Amino acid sequence: MTATGAIAPGPDGNGIDTFARLALANIGVAIAAFGVASAMAIMQALSRANLDLPFRSAGMYYMSVTAHGTLMAIVFTTFFIMGFGYVVARHALGAALAMRRTAWLSFWIAVLGTVAAVAVILAGKATVLYTFYPPLKAHPAFYIGLTLVVVGSWGWALVMLRALRVWRLANPGRRIPLSVYGYAATIIVWLLATIGVAAEMLLQLIPWSLGWWATVDPVLARMLFWWFGHPLVYFWLLPAYVVWYGLLPPAAGGKLFSEPLGRVVFAMFVLLSTPVGFHHQFMDPGVSSSWKLFHTFNTLLILYPSFVTAFTIVASLEIAGRMRGGRGVFGWIRRLPWGNPLVSSVILSMLLFAIGGWGGAINASFGMNAVIHNTSWVPGHFHTTVGSASALTFMGTCYLVVPQLLGRRLELVPMARVQPWLWFLGMLLFSIPTHLTGLTGMPRRVFDPRYGDHPTAVSWHWLTNLSAVGGMVLFASALFFVLVMLFTLFGPRVPAEPIEFSEPLEDPGTKGAFLDRLGLLTALAAALIVIAYGYPIWQHLQMPRFGSPGFSPF
Amino acid sequence: MNIDFYERIWMWAAGVIIAVFIAVIGLSTVAYGLHPPSHVETIEPSKVFTDPRFSKLGQPVELPDGTIEVQMAALMFSFAPNEVRVPAGRRVRFRLTSADVTHGFMISGTNANTMLVPGYISQFTTVFTRPGDYLIVCHEFCGNGHHIMSGRLIVEDAK
Repeated sequence: MTATGAIAPGPDGNGIDTFARLALANIGVAIAAFGVASAMAIMQALSRANLDLPFRSAGMYYMSVTAHGTLMAIVFTTFFIMGFGYVVARHALGAALAMRRTAWLSFWIAVLGTVAAVAVILAGKATVLYTFYPPLKAHPAFYIGLTLVVVGSWGWALVMLRALRVWRLANPGRRIPLSVYGYAATIIVWLLATIGVAAEMLLQLIPWSLGWWATVDPVLARMLFWWFGHPLVYFWLLPAYVVWYGLLPPAAGGKLFSEPLGRVVFAMFVLLSTPVGFHHQFMDPGVSSSWKLFHTFNTLLILYPSFVTAFTIVASLEIAGRMRGGRGVFGWIRRLPWGNPLVSSVILSMLLFAIGGWGGAINASFGMNAVIHNTSWVPGHFHTTVGSASALTFMGTCYLVVPQLLGRRLELVPMARVQPWLWFLGMLLFSIPTHLTGLTGMPRRVFDPRYGDHPTAVSWHWLTNLSAVGGMVLFASALFFVLVMLFTLFGPRVPAEPIEFSEPLEDPGTKGAFLDRLGLLTALAAALIVIAYGYPIWQHLQMPRFGSPGFSPF
Repeated sequence: MNIDFYERIWMWAAGVIIAVFIAVIGLSTVAYGLHPPSHVETIEPSKVFTDPRFSKLGQPVELPDGTIEVQMAALMFSFAPNEVRVPAGRRVRFRLTSADVTHGFMISGTNANTMLVPGYISQFTTVFTRPGDYLIVCHEFCGNGHHIMSGRLIVEDAK
């Protein structure tokens, strides 16, 4: 991939060109969403700890779970991913990036959708959690708002893919830079995934919430949701992998160990992200056993690219440590630039992800899944995956990218250095007890897990208290992050340092060039989806089914 | 592709780990019949309490093969019935459904776990070996009373 590339100063004289502004606008919305969602989270953690706080009520709790989930899992992630996507494209594709107006229009559509959805959530009219399983029925603005967020993201995807196409036509025979390749994979995964949720929204939930249709089929809705819901996690993860492959090695002072394997990793995610969703429905009635088994095997296969990533990234870090003079089996670890908050964020996020990844292999095995399905194990799991591998990596990336885009100095640097460690500590304190209570059957998303002081419920108390302490540490970490970003926004102007993307240890040449055939990859992935979802859904529609009217018990 | 020696070892090791996972699940499916839990049967959710398939709510029924059948319905925010007694060491078949929103059913500390989706009947068979007082919880958010939706399963010593 290309070496260090300075980004040309923009045409408007401020040194900030329109795609830098777009990147900043998107990342800004992401950080704001993150801040609000963190405030919701601290309340939930305290509520689980059975403290009798003022204003504590079930309605508030479930509303805040909905707000936290929607703002973190949909708004923070999507906006950050769009913003960082512009950064990657601007660096690697440069002049090919066009369609300014489409990009801004898409941004505002997504913002409008976010505002609509969050407004009805905070008004208490959409307490359906971020999974919004019918027949729980929210205000129509919730469904329409989230749909607009997805529509906005489609506009962003169009701008990105168009830039890639223009760049390829202008650079025949050149390899797609790895970071852009990773982003292209992200976009393909996202476009294929959102077909499912778009169908759920447009054919089921929106007309039903508007009162046009009397009933919906909740199992069909769950199938369409999880068509989207599992590849959604790779939409969160792949941009983090772009950071691990593209930004971490130069930040640590080294080189990328193996470039072609990075491409294999991203290509595997394109193929296998979607035909795995039934592992979220192992415990559902109405879905046949053999299709659940098919999705199980695909789920286990998708562990492979993450195993390979673990090796490549650790090997790249070792190269960095040794280039910095580290010796011995472990000596290179100490020589890594731990004071760089991007480096510490990514390494700590990888350690947490190691826990989450093994938990994921357990979730994928239906026998063990029966023990932990819908228990607090599940939030324990996804806080060590999306809440760490993605969220902590994204925060680390902000420390590098936001000052660069603003042309300002990173402020409160000591706070930025402590923040990843607080997140790491807080996440361990939060997620380990949460995994453990799940193993003994504590359900997820309950306002108050006392259950009339049944002995089983009593055994959870000390663990939920411990996870509340973890929640407080995480909140402190989130606060540090938001403060660093706010102070940087008003920090002194400095000349923008170029963002360095990885240089491979060896030039990939034409190795694995067939992987760059993105159209073919997309077609194969789509064919797998047609098999994994097309047939079961067709089969489902043949069955005599009874729809459900809506309920809003909140 | 020219792949580094250590990387090659790792790629093989990762492949072997995943192959073992798949083989364990595949073999247990074929050899022991351990399929993913599933039951495909529909019901009109508004008529759960008049449907003959749920006419024995609260009265476990002994089936001809000796299995005990327990019928339960879930509704905001309780199980009907919310206390069930079954003997230890016997096969127990649960047949469950929801009369309103999507609920969950889990007997804490066991692997008895299923979603209860309106319009569909969930069914699974299990054996409780240890007598005791088990907590049944709803594990899918069903409204502001979700956390009070619970029940008890009393597993009695079979004399």
